[in-house]
Order: sequence, then structure tokens, then C-alpha cells
Amino acid sequence: MRQAGELDESVLELTSQILGANPDFATLWNCRREVLQRLEAQKSPEELAALVKTELGFLESCLRVNPKSYGTWHHRCWLLGRLPEPNWARELELCARFLEVDERNFHCWDYRRFVAAQAAVPPAEELAFTDSLITRNFSNYSSWHYRSCLLPQLHPQPDSGPQGRLPEDVLLKELELVQNAFFTDPNDQSAWFYHRWLLGRADPQDALRCLHVSRDEACLTVSFSRPVLVGPRTETLLLMVDESPLAVEWRTPDGRNWPGHVWLCDLPATSLNDQLPHHTFRVIWTAGNAQKECVLLKGHQEGWCRDSATDEQLFRCELSVEKSTVLQSELESCKELQELEPENKWCLLTIILLMRALDPLLYEKETLQYFQTLKAVDPMRAAYLDDLRSKFLLENSLLKMEYAEVRVLHLGHKDLTVLCHLEQLLLVTHLDLSHNRLRALPPALAALRCLEVLQANDNAIESLDGVTNLPRLQELSLCNNRLQQPMVLQPLASCPRLVLLNLQGNPLCQAVGTSEYLAELLPLVNSILV
Amino acid sequence: MADNLPSEFDVIVIGTGLPESIIAAACSRSGQRVLHVDSRSYYGGNWASFSFSGILSWLKEHQENRDIVNEDPAWHEQILENEEAIALSRKDKTIQHVEVFCYASRDLHEEVEEAGALQKNHASVISENPTEAVHSAYLPSEDESLCTASCEMLTEQTPSSDLETALEINNVKVTGETKKHDDKTCMKSASEEETSKNVPTTEGTALQPKKTRITYSQIIKEGRRFNIDLVSKLLYSRGLLIDLLIKSNVSRYAEFKNITRILAFREGRVEQVPCSRADVFNSKQLTMVEKRMLMKFLTFCMEYEKHPEEYKAYEEITFSEYLKTQKLTPNLQYFVLHSIAMTSETASNTIDGLKATKNFLHCLGRYGNTPFLFPLYGQGELPQCFCRMCAVFGGIYCLRHSVQCLVVDKESRKCKAIIDQFGQRIISKHFLVEDSYFSENTCSHVQYRQISRSVLITDRSILKTDSDQQISILTVPGEEPGTFAVRVIELCSSTMTCMKGTYLVHLTCTSSKTAREDLEPVVQKLFTPYPETETENEEVEKPRLLWALYFNMRDSSDVSRNSYNDLPSNVYVCSGPDSGLGNDNAVKQAETLFQLICPNEDFCPPPPNPEDIITDGDSLQSEASEASVILEANSETPKGSASLGNPEEASQ
Repeated sequence: MRQAGELDESVLELTSQILGANPDFATLWNCRREVLQRLEAQKSPEELAALVKTELGFLESCLRVNPKSYGTWHHRCWLLGRLPEPNWARELELCARFLEVDERNFHCWDYRRFVAAQAAVPPAEELAFTDSLITRNFSNYSSWHYRSCLLPQLHPQPDSGPQGRLPEDVLLKELELVQNAFFTDPNDQSAWFYHRWLLGRADPQDALRCLHVSRDEACLTVSFSRPVLVGPRTETLLLMVDESPLAVEWRTPDGRNWPGHVWLCDLPATSLNDQLPHHTFRVIWTAGNAQKECVLLKGHQEGWCRDSATDEQLFRCELSVEKSTVLQSELESCKELQELEPENKWCLLTIILLMRALDPLLYEKETLQYFQTLKAVDPMRAAYLDDLRSKFLLENSLLKMEYAEVRVLHLGHKDLTVLCHLEQLLLVTHLDLSHNRLRALPPALAALRCLEVLQANDNAIESLDGVTNLPRLQELSLCNNRLQQPMVLQPLASCPRLVLLNLQGNPLCQAVGTSEYLAELLPLVNSILV
Repeated sequence: MADNLPSEFDVIVIGTGLPESIIAAACSRSGQRVLHVDSRSYYGGNWASFSFSGILSWLKEHQENRDIVNEDPAWHEQILENEEAIALSRKDKTIQHVEVFCYASRDLHEEVEEAGALQKNHASVISENPTEAVHSAYLPSEDESLCTASCEMLTEQTPSSDLETALEINNVKVTGETKKHDDKTCMKSASEEETSKNVPTTEGTALQPKKTRITYSQIIKEGRRFNIDLVSKLLYSRGLLIDLLIKSNVSRYAEFKNITRILAFREGRVEQVPCSRADVFNSKQLTMVEKRMLMKFLTFCMEYEKHPEEYKAYEEITFSEYLKTQKLTPNLQYFVLHSIAMTSETASNTIDGLKATKNFLHCLGRYGNTPFLFPLYGQGELPQCFCRMCAVFGGIYCLRHSVQCLVVDKESRKCKAIIDQFGQRIISKHFLVEDSYFSENTCSHVQYRQISRSVLITDRSILKTDSDQQISILTVPGEEPGTFAVRVIELCSSTMTCMKGTYLVHLTCTSSKTAREDLEPVVQKLFTPYPETETENEEVEKPRLLWALYFNMRDSSDVSRNSYNDLPSNVYVCSGPDSGLGNDNAVKQAETLFQLICPNEDFCPPPPNPEDIITDGDSLQSEASEASVILEANSETPKGSASLGNPEEASQ
């Protein structure tokens, strides 16, 4: 019938019989939409009004059959969107009725948000509605989520401040509400998620974290606050050398040109000549309205400009509140709850996050103890927790390195399972990763453009994808790992200055012809220990 | 009318209290021919509910204590050689120590009547208007603002005079529900019309800063708004009575409201007890840690049997001692002990307490945030609902019909008939008699307990909240050892038991002295007398008393059958109301007795759908229409229970 173009009331009648029994039949809803669109053109306004009325009634009866039917709710959205004078009050009332029956029906919540937006319902009213539902049963993700959308609308921050955050008085009230929930039932996740949002930081604005110029490699490297994609020959990332624009080709260190934190470009010899006392390099990220500048002095091999991880609180692990007193009191009440519920994983995790947000270094030891407990009570997520713990330890080491004002990073004996924040290590020259549980040196390692010595002994490393295009790497030590095939060493060939390579204690040492293969692959490396 | 009564039945039930009515319904449902009589003019016996004028007539009856000496010896002549008679009592001795106090100011020289009382009185028994002498008793003398209302007799409550058929029972029901009436029929003067306009009419009145004063004449005039229960009970939402109401489909004759809050009286303050998850979450009085501790304990109680290690060591001690061993603050211990388990420091051991707590929690959430339901229009509706079902299945009803004696066959020692007030002998196989009908001779060895009761009309709730339509239950523990906890149930006007702007408060406890002696201390703690004149200071904390009634009711619930003298085996005894909160006792009793009368019969099975009953005429219908009938029948069944399934909705 659809193909024959017979789109009239009889189709409506036929489809309604099927949809009335089972509303989850997307094709038939499409069919109905086609018919209705057709009829819209043919019918008089009165007839159309009657048609719409029947359709709305029919939709309601379908929703009674299945209140969680995607197709039905969508059709209602579509229909309401086409009406010249939709009765939004009636729709809100419908939502309230369905939420009365099942306060967690997220289809209905979705529709309610649509209706509220269309009808321009004041956020305060909608917030009161979420209040009433949370009061009835706080185990309601949708209701908490709706609050997280409404509250920033109700309390817009001044333009300069971070968007999406709440003023302190509102925040404190919400924290109290959500605390009531998790003290009442600490196993209910919905409240903990909302708690996380409340303490969460706003999406940071795009920023350039570090800019590095090397005379030797004739190369400029920039690291971003988030992974970005710089297209070829686009105007999104501009380079000004001595205040005049310079057209360059941007690429990622691993050469794949995927969205990444770190992008670099080759510089022409003219921009690096030693005739001027210094050269100024300014990089402008037009898409994010951010820029950074660094200077290369005459006689210097390199120049850089880097944000301080401490000042920018880079590692406050997504939790951030202006007033640490709030966090402190949250930490205290969570500890109180933890005493009552020593095995509650949400509580333990929140304690860890709060400690991170308050002072990562001060609470380092305590945090590690909580990780132990948490792993014991939640063995299902042991690997996730290991990774999280590795991340925190790495962050702490980074902070310590920054305090010490060195470019040497010691990450040995830390039981690390994963490497992250590698884009923050742009300037590191010596990196020690020995005695951990790493299984790979990931591609992001290629961002370490200044790395000269890399020690990764006694891990479980199987692949070396990240040890590629490292212009200054001279020594690489990989003793006692799980390198199986000589083939995995392929990336090393792209490191021009590599002179010392230690592979002792790896399975590949036993393989026949390894030495010959390596001699061919890495002709410049004069010392290979197998 | 009585002349028309058939002379033979299977079961004769004497008394229309809840257990009798359930048995009557069950027997009638099982096909027994049932005669159900009550010597009173109303249904329910001590389970009844009265309008305000009704309670005043009831009061008069019990205060006057007149002896009925019109012993009619005529029936003796009917007793044959081989028979003997068990005379039944003609006087109700179950109510004692009735005292009534009126605090609301009376409008002088005004004759008021309960509006609507006139039309409802077939017999039009408009009693003597208050005499001048009576009036003078009300003149407020300088030193006393209270006076007894016993003389304020206006009309006898005669809901209907002819109650032999289901239709009539229907009428009673309708009477109870007809709340709209023409005020003008009773208007006596223009000044009175003025007052009637001042009667609070909106729910929000209580929130208005300046309240209209409520006078006694308003209470009289709005008297039909009141449905004053003699016993104050609630239905556990998973109790036996609810199950029975649903199973038998009797629930369709009644509507219910959820109790909205559980209260506690602690350190001189009334506070709300958080008992559900939502309550705990919303509670402002508990600290965060208390919330956790309470939830943890309640969660444990829900399935305490699964964790014997948690309580095994404490089985020998009282529940209150056990609570002290748990990580509960004194605050929480009090809530759990008195308001949730509803026991006392000494009354129950650990297991009993855990069981009571579990039962409470088990009932929670079925119909709302508390475990209890209250029947709209009062507890007195419930016996009537079962009577109605009995009548639907052919049971015959006679109110104001007393039975003079039971006739016992000397040889078989079985009861064979009754002789009623008209001297008619009615034969039957089984005889159910409510305890209060037995004469002193039969009960000479029976020891009764007593229930102390008080009914108050007040002007505001004992705990003010945003909504003035709250139904609350509060347990006040006995102060001294040996005294009993007092149960307070406060009903708002939307329960259809009191006029707008007032609250009806029921107090109940096991008696140790007279009702007033037992209950007045609690009344004084919670309420203050209604002042003669409005004080400037509107912020009076306590609710004010407009009217108060005290009485003791006999509790025959734990009297064993053996205590009665010489009862034939086919005479069964039903007890009056017990002092407990739920109705399980009545249902259990009814089921036990029913099984004796009709062994192996199902107890109140669901009635067949009217649509399913095919009479001869129906057989002509085509098969197609029959199919549709069945469909309808299917859709009908859940609907019936849905009215109980969601009482909130039903009552709106």
C-alpha cells in the first residue's frame, strides 16, 4: 500500500490495529507519519483537528500498552511538533501521570524535557517537579539528571566564571539533599552519580599547555588540554614567528594525524637562524580562542613555555570546588559513612576522589590504603581500580617533578598498570618506568620529544608502539619484559639517535637470528645487549 | 414486619459487630439461610460509628442507666416440656463510666438541630426540644466552661426503620454517604444563617491566620459530617481483614485512605517518625548518621530470620534491652520500640519485637508510605459492608429486633430455636450470639477486661504541616509501670468522619482505671481546652478541645467459650472488639467459627460476576455476545480490587 501510494485513513485504521496491540513497530509509525503528512494537505482545519485529537488519544492508548515504547513517544514528539497550537499543559499533565505510575520511566522523562523546552516552562517549576519525585523515591537517575540540567539554568554564572557550575549556597543545599539519599541507602548509585556531578568541575576551556621549540630538530611542538584534530592547511592552528605568520604542516608525533594532545611542525632554517638575539614563536588555536608564546634565545638549543600543573590544578581528577571547605566537610561525612558501611564501594571511591581533589600529595598514602580496601570489596573492578590508581600515582609523580624543577621522572616500583598524561611529559629527558606491571609503551609516548634515556626494565611489555620518532632517544633499556618477536622492535628504527639498547631477559633473545635481524634493522645502534 | 419472617433458617446471627457480620456473610455466601438480627437500631454493635446526634443519643442511652424491667414472661409459655430456655439479656452492660465534656461555646437561646436529620428519619422521631431547664444548665457560669452534654438530646438516630432486604442495607450505605443536604430545612432564624456562613468550608481554612471560631451549635448543625467510631482501629495493609476484603470482593463496598504519618510523643513534643525509605530520606530531624543506622536496622528487621546470629544471643531479654545493644541512638530506639513495633519497655522480648517490626515494614508501601488504612466514613462501615454481602446472597436483616431466649432441646442438649420479641419461634441449626447478648446467668463466671476510650473533637492537628489533611497515629507510652500505652488516632475531615476545620481524635488503651482516669493525663499533655474567648496570642501550640467523651468498653476478646455456663454445642459466641490496633482478631474468630458451622467450605470466596450468572432468559443470547460478556467479566475482576489497590485514587 505504501508503495502504491495509498496513503489514506484506511492505512491509519489498519496500522492502529497492529500498533494498538504492539506499539513497537517503527515501520508502521513511519507509515502513519506519511499518511498524516498527506492528509494535512488535503483536509480542512476542522477535519485535521479531529484527526489530531484521535491520534493523540490513540497514542495515549498505545502508551498504556507499553509506557516505554520508543516509537510511540517519538511519534508523539513528531505530532506535537507539527501542531499549530499544541496544548503543552495537557502534555505536561500526561507526563506527570505516567511518572506517577513509574517515576523512573526515562522515555517519559525525555518527553517531558522536550515538552518543557517547547512550552518554555520556567526551570524553577520543573525543579520543583523533580523535588516532588525525589521526595517520593530518590532512586531516580532521570530526576537527578534533570536537576543537573536545570540548576545551572536557574543559577547562571557570570560570564567570566566556568560555565555549568553552581553558586556555593545552592551547591551546599544540593549536597545536603544528596547526602540524605546516600546515607539512607548507600547502595543506590543514582545519588552517588549526582554527587559526583555536584563536585565535578566544569568542562575546561581549550588551552595550550606547552610549547616547545628545538633548534636541533628544527621542530616546534605544542600540547593541548584536550585531544584536537588539526586538519591540513586549515586556519585553526596558526604559527607566528617573530610576529609574522608562517605556513607550516602540522602532524602528530606518531605520524597518524588522529585527534591528539600533541601536534608538531617542522620549522624552516630561516626561523631559527642565530643572527637575531632571539626568536618569538606564538601559536594561536583559533577554534578554542587560546594561544601560547615562547622564546628561543640566541645560543640556546631549545626554548619552551609550559603551564604549571600545580597552578592549574590539572590533576584534581574532575572534582573541583572553589571552596575546599566544602570538599573537606564532604570528606568528613563520607568517612563517617564509611565507618558505618565499611564495605560500600561508592563511599570508598568518593573518599578517594575527594582526597584527590583536596590535596593529592598530602593524602597519597591514605588514598593508596583506600584503594586496597576498595579492590578487596569490589574485585570485579580490580583492573579499573588499578588503572585509576596508576593514573593518580603518575599525577603525583608529575607534581613532585615540577616542585623539584627537573626533567627527570622516576616512576619505578609503583605497580603501574597503565601510562596516562603522557602529553604532560613533553619536556622530560629521563624516564624510569622499571618494576611496574606495564604491558605496552603506548603510542602516546611518542609525545616525549625531549626523551633521551628510557628505562622500562622488569615490566610485562609486549609492544613498543610508542617508541617511535623520538628524536633524542639515546638509551633504551627493556630488560626482563615479554618481547616475543624481533618484529616488535620495528618502531625503534625511527629513533635516529638510539645508540644503546638492552633487551636482556626477553623471550626474543632466545629466537634464532635475532641479532642479525637487529643489526639490519638498527644499523646505527652500536650497542645491543641480548 | 416480623410476622413475615420465615420460621426456619440454617444460621441465626445475633449481633451485627464485625465478627458476626463476617460470619453472616460467609454463611450466606456458602448457601446457608441466614437471619441476622440486632436489638439496636443501628448496625455494628460496639463496632458502630455515629453522627454527632447519633453519638448523643447513644450517650443518653448509656448514661441514663435505666433498667429495662419490661420482662415479658409471655415466652415462658412457649417452652415445651422437653425444652428449656436460655434467656438473653435485654440490657447492654458493655459500656461504663461515660463522661462527656463540651468546651466549645454555646450560642445561647438558639435551638439548633443536625442538618439533614429530619429527612433521614422515616420515623421522624424528633425528640423533645431541649427544655428550658436543660438550657439553663448550659448557661456558662463564671467558673466552668464545661458541662455535660447528656441533656443535649436532639434526635434518635434511626437510619431506617425497615431493614429486611438488601435494598435497605443499600439505603443505610447511601445514608452514610449522602453528605449533601438542604440546610434550610433546619434553619430556625436568620441569625443562624449567619453562623452557617462562618462555618469553614474550604480545606485551607486551617491555614488562614484568623480562624473562625467553632461553636457547639455548628458542631450540632454539621453533625452529619461526623462519623464517630466506638472502637478505634486501623487496617494493616497486609492484615487478614484486607486480604478478606479483597478475596471476597467486599472491598467494593468501601473506600479507604492511607494513614499519612506515624507520630511519636517524646520529651513533650510531637514529632513524625520516619519509617519508610522516603521518610528517612526526607526527615529533617535525623542526622545523616542516624539515617544510616535506622535504615540499616530496619533493613535487617525485614529479614531478621535469615540472620539468627544477629539476635540469638539476645533472645532472652526484652526488645527494648535488645535495641540498646544495637547501634541506635536513644531517639531511634524510641521510634522503633513505641512507634514501629508499637510495644513497650517490658511488654515483649526480642523475637516478638523483631516480628512486630517486620510486620510493620511488611505492610509498608503496599498502599502508601505507612502500613495502615482507614475506611472512609469510619470503622462502622466495615460490618455493614459484610452485612451487605450477606444480604446480596439472601441473608435477612432485622434491626431493633431483640431475641428473648434461645430454646434448647433437653434431650439432645442442642439449641433448636429462638423466640423473638414478638414471641415468634424461629427454628435454626446454628446460633451465633455476640457476647453482650448473654444474660448474667450465662456469664456469671466470665472475667472481662476493659478498654478505655476517649473521643475528642479538636480544632487543629497535633502536628501542623503544610497539609491540614493528615491522618496520624501516635503511641504514647504508659508513664508508670502497670499503666498501658495509649494509642492516639487523629482523623482529618477528608476521612469523612468530622466536619471541616475540625479533627476527630480517638484515644484507646487497656483499662487500669476508668477511661477518664486512664486517658485524661494524655489528653492534657496533647491538648488544651478551647478558650472562652479568642486570645490575642494566636500561636497556641497545642490543639484545642471542642468536645470530649470518655467511656469504658468491655473487652470480651479473650474469654474462653468454657467460661460461659451451659451453652449448647451449636451456640457459638462472638466477642466484642478487642483493644488491639488491627482487626485480625475478628477475622480469625469469624473464620474459626465459620469452619465449625460449615466445615470444608471456602471462607468468603470471590462472588461470581453478575455477568456470569446465566438465568433462563439469558440462554437465548447468541454465543457471540456471550464471548463479549466473558471479556467484560475479566476486565471487571481487577477493577473491583483496584479500588482497594489504590485507595488514594478511588477517594479522589
